[in-house]
Amino acid sequence: MKKLTLLTAGIAVCSASMAFANDDLMTQMDNSAQWAIQTGDYKNQRYSELTEINAENVGDLQVAWTFSTGVLRGHEGSPLVIGDMMYVHTPFPNIVYALNLADEGKIVWKYEPKQDPDVIPVMCCDTVNRGVAYANGKIFLHQADTKVVALDANTGDVVWEVQNGDAAIGETNTATVLPVKDKIIVGISGGEFGVRGSVTAYNMETGEQEWRAYSMGPDSDILVDPVNTTHLGQPVGENSGTNTWEGDQWMIGGGTTWGWYSADMDENLFYYGTGNPSTWNPAQRPGDNRWSMTIMARDIDTGVAKWFYQMTPHDEWDFDGINEMILSEQTIDGQERKLLTHFDRNGLGYTMDRVTGELLVAEKFDPAVNWTTGVDMDPASDTYGRPAVVAQYSTEQNGEDVNSTGICPAALGSKDQQPAAYSPKTELMYVPTNHVCMDYEPFRVSYTAGQPYVGATLAMYPAPDSHGGMGNFIAWDNTTGEIKWSLPEQFSVWSGALATAGDVVFYGTLEGYLKAVHAETGEELYKFKTPSGIIGNVMTYEQGGKQYIGILSGVGGWAGIGLAAGLTNPNDGLGAVGGYAALSDYTALGGQLTVFALPN
Amino acid sequence: MKTMGRLLALCLAAGLSQTASAQDIDNLTAAYTEDGKYFTEDDVPTYNVQEDGTIDWPTYSGFRRYHSECHVCHGPEGEGSSYAPALKTSAIDMDYYDFVDVVVNGRKRVGSAENSVMPAFGDNPNVMCYLDDIYVYLKARGADVVPRGRPAKKEPKHEVIRETENDCLGT
Repeated sequence: MKKLTLLTAGIAVCSASMAFANDDLMTQMDNSAQWAIQTGDYKNQRYSELTEINAENVGDLQVAWTFSTGVLRGHEGSPLVIGDMMYVHTPFPNIVYALNLADEGKIVWKYEPKQDPDVIPVMCCDTVNRGVAYANGKIFLHQADTKVVALDANTGDVVWEVQNGDAAIGETNTATVLPVKDKIIVGISGGEFGVRGSVTAYNMETGEQEWRAYSMGPDSDILVDPVNTTHLGQPVGENSGTNTWEGDQWMIGGGTTWGWYSADMDENLFYYGTGNPSTWNPAQRPGDNRWSMTIMARDIDTGVAKWFYQMTPHDEWDFDGINEMILSEQTIDGQERKLLTHFDRNGLGYTMDRVTGELLVAEKFDPAVNWTTGVDMDPASDTYGRPAVVAQYSTEQNGEDVNSTGICPAALGSKDQQPAAYSPKTELMYVPTNHVCMDYEPFRVSYTAGQPYVGATLAMYPAPDSHGGMGNFIAWDNTTGEIKWSLPEQFSVWSGALATAGDVVFYGTLEGYLKAVHAETGEELYKFKTPSGIIGNVMTYEQGGKQYIGILSGVGGWAGIGLAAGLTNPNDGLGAVGGYAALSDYTALGGQLTVFALPN
Repeated sequence: MKTMGRLLALCLAAGLSQTASAQDIDNLTAAYTEDGKYFTEDDVPTYNVQEDGTIDWPTYSGFRRYHSECHVCHGPEGEGSSYAPALKTSAIDMDYYDFVDVVVNGRKRVGSAENSVMPAFGDNPNVMCYLDDIYVYLKARGADVVPRGRPAKKEPKHEVIRETENDCLGT
């Protein structure tokens, strides 16, 4: 009997520690002195309650200290701060540093994984990594080669590791992971290599795989309930992940999952978006290509989908749907609702009821967007929820080997992964955007495993008849779908924003500026030029009773590739060639953390 | 497949007979044309730009294929990026056979200051079937005879080019 009691006690302890795993991170996130998750919190609001640095005094900001990461590549994501420790990650080779903030940033441990450099060229668009995650005394690193590693947060020792994908067929990783409940939920990259996207849950303590949900394929692969999983309120039905594809194209169908993840613990749901269908040549994949380009709400425990919403059926422009899903509680049309707001690559800002998947708002967040006249919002209509495609800008209708010109936005979208922030105080979304258009010529390609599978020629240029720049930083009202203010930027804004209770919003620019603007008016309050272009996300924390602002510099990513030499508009004729700003005239490769504070 | 086989033979030849450096010989000027393609005196593929700006079909094809297969790392129009070098320069500085060798077999420069890896495209028909096209386009960009942007005027696609392309892609 004694033995049995012990066994029962053991089970009780185990389940207690599983529950603790989630509670621990939730407690850490609630402490505004810390930055415990890349997205600020499970809601992806990127909002801090700290007010020591505010609209009145942010103009006095100074550099407090700096740290070189030792890597010269695109630095996305941000450091984490838990207790006295700061965790800084780098692009490939994905080094992790633990710095003791109570001891002048001394390096407590450094972890450098050994990865085959052959993964580098299969990472479309630079070897970026959007940062580590923390939960239950462990740091989670998802490497470029898709190995997921759990490290002891105090020592850097490996607790477990698991291989999520295969770089030899183009499966790579750039994203952070979502630690939630007793799981680590991870995505995958490789849409330009014909990878079939999936999300996978691993046990937080052991690394054991618990479930995997593909973006397309048979129902058993995509984890749907044909009756209870809905699309705009209707059951998705059987075979929804194969019956809008021709033949076996879904097997190399893309819909990768390299963006940000949010979670609603009360609903037990997590949210993310899927990427472009493969290839970029729409003629090679007739049909809606479900469930690429889709907002997904799935059960945390089982992975089974509650609802989907496909934003861009049958993509013709590479408008990946992976951007973050920002959760908020707001009043819309006089009704308090649990909302999900998403700024898509396709240039539309969507506001949805995140419990039911009902579409509430779909409006352009850049006036330049021209490929669609808007989304059909009539639930009674046959085309409910579909964007109306303008024939002139349809690369499908214009056909293979035809150059469709003047499409806005460009393939990199009106906004890419660079996450927006939400202030519950102002009830505004602060959105880093691209203001770039393109010519797009699709043509036939053949698939070879592990080789690029693109099938289109692109030329990109600043939005015509506008301010000439390639970006805007905007404030957006997600309940009405209106731009409140818009700040023109010379280059695409490729940095994640931070909003604070001090009425300040921070973001970085590709030239390397950290900027602070007023949350109500957008008035510029401060700027400082860091050593390299910024594609990282602004974070804040408190140490020793003092508030700090941190940002990674290190130009790269899609922006560094596309904008380094400056853009040209082939339609402007020869005279205008080279007329646009080249990023290489403003900044060079780097890898540095810059931390700001008010003077003592 | 015919073209792939020929390219392989060229690569093998390159390994055996490494001769004069690219600077010593005229690697740019077209000496003769055959079935819509242009070649230097040394039988190396090259571009041809007419007085009114009309370019040969392979150079135009190279523009398209470069912006499908190469630009996501090397930046638009061979200009280079924060990620990978400017290929318009490589196409001028490198011997044709060396250029082909790097595309077919890849190249690694990995160290403390550099993590630069060119993948091997040897089994990728989207690259291999158009390798000469991409090469002549980049050479034309490097020689600054074709401006940035989409080439405005081009020669028609020669029937032999069309047949060779279909053979190579297996369509």
